[in-house]
Amino acid sequence: MNAPTAPSSTSRASTSQARPNDYSAYPDAHGRFGDYGGQYVPETLMPLVHELDAAYSAAKADEGFQAELSGYLKHYVGRPSPLYFAERLTRHFGGAKVYLKREELNHTGSHKINNCMGQILLAMRMGKTRIIAETGAGQHGVATATVCARFGLPCVVYMGAVDVERQKPNVFRMNLLGAEVRPVTSGSATLKDAMNEALRDWVTNVHDTYYLIGSAAGMHPYPAMVRDFQAIIGLEVREQVVELEGRLPDALMACVGGGSNAIGLFHPFLNDADVKLFGVEAAGEGVETGRHAAAINGGRPGVLHGNMTYLLQDREGQIKEAHSISAGLDYPGIGPEHAFLHDVGRATYLSATDTEALEAYTLLSKLEGILPAIESAHALARLPEVTREVGKDGIVVLNLSGRGDKDVAAVAAHLGMQI
Amino acid sequence: MSKSRIDARFAALKAEGRAAFVPYVMAGDPDRDTALAILKGLPAAGADLIELGFPFSDPMAEGPPIQRAAQRALAKGMTLQGTLELVAAFRAGDAATPVILMGYTNPLVTWGIEAFARDASAAGVDGLIIVDTPPEEAGPLADACDAHDISLIRLATPTSDDARLKVVVSRTSGFVYYVSVAGVTGVKEADAAAVAPQVARVRAASGLPVAVGFGIRTPERAAAIAQVADAVVVGSALVDEVAEAVDLNEDVTLRVLSKVDSLAKAVRFARRVPV
Repeated sequence: MNAPTAPSSTSRASTSQARPNDYSAYPDAHGRFGDYGGQYVPETLMPLVHELDAAYSAAKADEGFQAELSGYLKHYVGRPSPLYFAERLTRHFGGAKVYLKREELNHTGSHKINNCMGQILLAMRMGKTRIIAETGAGQHGVATATVCARFGLPCVVYMGAVDVERQKPNVFRMNLLGAEVRPVTSGSATLKDAMNEALRDWVTNVHDTYYLIGSAAGMHPYPAMVRDFQAIIGLEVREQVVELEGRLPDALMACVGGGSNAIGLFHPFLNDADVKLFGVEAAGEGVETGRHAAAINGGRPGVLHGNMTYLLQDREGQIKEAHSISAGLDYPGIGPEHAFLHDVGRATYLSATDTEALEAYTLLSKLEGILPAIESAHALARLPEVTREVGKDGIVVLNLSGRGDKDVAAVAAHLGMQI
Repeated sequence: MSKSRIDARFAALKAEGRAAFVPYVMAGDPDRDTALAILKGLPAAGADLIELGFPFSDPMAEGPPIQRAAQRALAKGMTLQGTLELVAAFRAGDAATPVILMGYTNPLVTWGIEAFARDASAAGVDGLIIVDTPPEEAGPLADACDAHDISLIRLATPTSDDARLKVVVSRTSGFVYYVSVAGVTGVKEADAAAVAPQVARVRAASGLPVAVGFGIRTPERAAAIAQVADAVVVGSALVDEVAEAVDLNEDVTLRVLSKVDSLAKAVRFARRVPV
């Protein structure tokens, strides 16, 4: 296909306003993105999620809060993160120009810190004195432990026992940062079970505890709030790409587990109809094998962890275990806004297998000298198709959501090497 | 028809001047046949109403005992269809004891909300407690329950203030379930002195009987709660009996029913505090 010609960003903005369907206007007053989202939580938590919703709305509108957050993002997190032209990668595929949004250069090594900084400031504003979180790969756990250390709040991180085993360096990092890591052995002992356990903690400690969810998933207002805190990614890309190329990109790409890095990149572009959006799910051993983590490509709508969204489930509605080499994508659901964007056709959800992600991991390491997180490597794995589709004059921006140092042991094991 | 079974039972207990004892058991735990034997034995052991859990893989409000009960039931192949079959089999021999299903939203979504209410009603189910469907999300479920004479029973909690309580009791019938502790099932202990004024508040807001559950494990505590509530629910302590009997290779049915008997007696003979 031909790359669309690029009107200036101002003319795009006026086109956006004329659209009958404003994708950026969601969620509605009930926390719904179309049919998805909502607040499916036990009654004990309802007053708390209402309180959080009100507190976040007030903070969002408060210039003082936003200025404080911007200050920490600049001086503590190290934003803005660069938009880097991956010259050798571009040449390798021979299609569209590939830019990498370098979220892996943030403090703590992934995009997760953007959201954690926003939520910890909100938690303190609400007078909460204890922070809990769930983590899969450990990136969100590390980011949460980091902001808790920075602001002197006690932190408990729930982590599936399986993930504790495959992400040992991150467990140690969290301990160094003063957090208590509680291994979760119930269910499949991975991210979904860590989230169940964090919810059980929250329902038990309602008065002082703030639940710092790491993805744009769960009950309203989390999907919208986490998206807003991650939207700094897309907002920066918008400015940076216009500065470098004089126009908006033709396509955006990101890996999707719960989907916070993807929605943070996509959201500021939702009304730019000429910017194609590609999320990449983890196909594990292959969607057709049933051993995968691709909620949209291999699941159907249902209710889990407070929201209606696409889920991996059996015919009885029991949640199935997700399978992925990537602990950060090893989740049987997806954020409700992605479910909506899929249904309305605004974004396209592809998938990449464990093997394809491993190949992309080594490829980026060798061609660009950058070790990508195995999560981000799933998005990299679909670059051949997307750069070809966009074509030689086009521009693709891929969110490099995390760095891959944490994965070297797992990658070595899969390549049959010992280190 | 169905709603009247719950109402009739509470009216009869009111005439007797005592609280109801409501055991919670998990469908299919430890297996289908044993669960049916337990279910059939519950009324004679002193159950006034029955809460029957249907298993879900990710029960976010349950503590370890009921989590494990659900895992045991799922491992033995229990399904929502199987749960309705258990109710129908129970109903064939007992037309009076109300049965309330308790569980999570997703299996119902899979079945179809409207179809499920119809099929549950046909099987003899009188009420539904869906833990993760709060009033804000309950519109379609409430419509379906109304259409098929099933009571949609709501949970009130220590975090429900007066404004919230109004929302909680909207479109509810049968009784209100007061969750006596902020927490998951079967971990914290309920305190009768703290529960009493809350029960009165929920009763006043709803005009319905109030059952108290979460955190009641012993006959002594059941008796104390029976003095201030209209019904006492015990769940985790019973599913723990299932687990221990399985572990020790004892007769599961006998063990569970004898625990029910001791709890029911404690409730039956507890002196009611006039309200």
